[in-house]
Amino acid sequence: VHARDLPEGDIDVAAIRAEFPAFARRVNDKPLVYLDSASTTQKPRAVMDVMRHAFEATANIHRGVHALSVEATEAFEAVRGKVARTIGCRDPAEIVFVRGTTEAINLVAQSYGRSHVDAGDDILVTGLEHHSNLVPWQMLCEEKGARLRVLPIDDRGDVILERLDALLAPRTRIVAVSHVSNSLGTVLPVAEIARRARAAGAVVVVDGAQAIAHVPVDVEAIGCDFYALSAHKVYGPTGVGVLWGRRGLLEAMPPWQGGGDMVLSVSFAGSTYREVPHKFEAGTPDIVGVIGFGAALDWLQSKGPRRIAARENELLSYAERSLGSIAEVRIVGAPRVRAAVISFTVAGVHPHDVGTALDLDGIAVRAGHHCAQPVMDHFSLDATVRASFGVYSDEEDVDALTSALQRSMRLLGVPRR
Amino acid sequence: LDKAMTRDAKTLYQELILEHAQRPRNLGPLAGATHEAKADNPLCGDSVNIQLRVTDGCLIQTRFQARGCMIARASASLLTELVSGRSAGEAVAMADLLGQLIGVGPCPDDAGALEPLRGVREFPARRACATLPWEALRRALASGGLVDPFDPTRRL
Repeated sequence: VHARDLPEGDIDVAAIRAEFPAFARRVNDKPLVYLDSASTTQKPRAVMDVMRHAFEATANIHRGVHALSVEATEAFEAVRGKVARTIGCRDPAEIVFVRGTTEAINLVAQSYGRSHVDAGDDILVTGLEHHSNLVPWQMLCEEKGARLRVLPIDDRGDVILERLDALLAPRTRIVAVSHVSNSLGTVLPVAEIARRARAAGAVVVVDGAQAIAHVPVDVEAIGCDFYALSAHKVYGPTGVGVLWGRRGLLEAMPPWQGGGDMVLSVSFAGSTYREVPHKFEAGTPDIVGVIGFGAALDWLQSKGPRRIAARENELLSYAERSLGSIAEVRIVGAPRVRAAVISFTVAGVHPHDVGTALDLDGIAVRAGHHCAQPVMDHFSLDATVRASFGVYSDEEDVDALTSALQRSMRLLGVPRR
Repeated sequence: LDKAMTRDAKTLYQELILEHAQRPRNLGPLAGATHEAKADNPLCGDSVNIQLRVTDGCLIQTRFQARGCMIARASASLLTELVSGRSAGEAVAMADLLGQLIGVGPCPDDAGALEPLRGVREFPARRACATLPWEALRRALASGGLVDPFDPTRRL
């Protein structure tokens, strides 16, 4: 039994909520019902305590001989190991700290992409991508004269896997896919996509922003080449993310940003670069944020990520049933496997108006296109309401949502069916 | 002086706003339009198109098409009623007045026919919804060179 399977037993959601200061807040004079964890998760007190401690006696990393700098360096580098263990990677040098998933993907596009993609090559994405796993590739295609191809989705919100082989061409250089869709919650068959894409000679980039808090991530089992994630989606601070890449690829890639901490030696005649991962980490990073990310991973580990995932799946089924029982609500997509996200529309009420009405009841949801306009286009929608869950979410949150929805329909004059 | 306002649903969704959203005036394309412009909100994908028929500097007819929420649609519908028959300068002054009414600066005591939108001031996240059609109006007027809608010295 892997350590992450422990502890066992039921999740005590009330006890977990007590660890999150956000739930002491009242919003519009109502207790906070937070159903927007796919945007960003709330942070447990344990993370803030570690960050406060790191702030209180701060020093830069990798450059001082003094005690505080050594301490900061050790704490910072220890997180590399924690991230590596969390995502099933054996070599902490394959963990590059960045600002977030978006920067991680841009790093791959700008460093690997610019040196490996030429005119006439293909880059393949899926119809479920967040703009952050789409626009960097469009920019690269435009610069290089490469072609962006799209693995389409069906009306369930699943990728049409049968189309993959026909889309993979000898000149497909990069396949970029989400692990979990941020707009519909679809869990993509990333291992199968990676297997076929790599067999066709492409490099596989997985956007794991939405996965890391909800599904087990094992980069070796997925078989991808790059994996990107953000700390703030997994109970850590904003401003910190990770790019995992296979060491051989990272070593062969040119540096992306130049500056301090990424160089071995510098003269006016030229500079040489440090080994991976440091050659991709120019300048002073978000040291306290990285240390806080480590605390978030420790915290999640202590709660048992697998039983959290099981619990979130039960809650998702409950939400599907509850929302599905309201005649005016249409749940968007019905993917074979879904994680922590449910998108819906309300007949006769625009998602923004639903969002405002729910906010007045203290309920935080996301209303809009979720930075996934191609997904909205597929379903001929401009926007949806999105409820998303975290470790602190429970059935009462869903009940609050459904009763507030009924009230808002009355308020906004939707005729009852 | 700001009028004291509570922040509840009726503040934003006043009867007249709901009524305009549900039964919009002047919705649909305008045959023989002389001016036209679209405004988009990239944050939410909302979009409003305003078409005008202008004769001798006067807005004879105004119609709109919209993709968006109740606030955007109601504001657009209200706009078409309020600017019809007015000069281009008066129409832009009305857009300015709305900006003051629901913006962060000093708030006018009486915004006349725009009063039903006063509640938007309490909902900063919805401000762009209310101003979107008026943004399209400014662009439509600017496209014909009728007025410089962004000239800060021009006030009626």
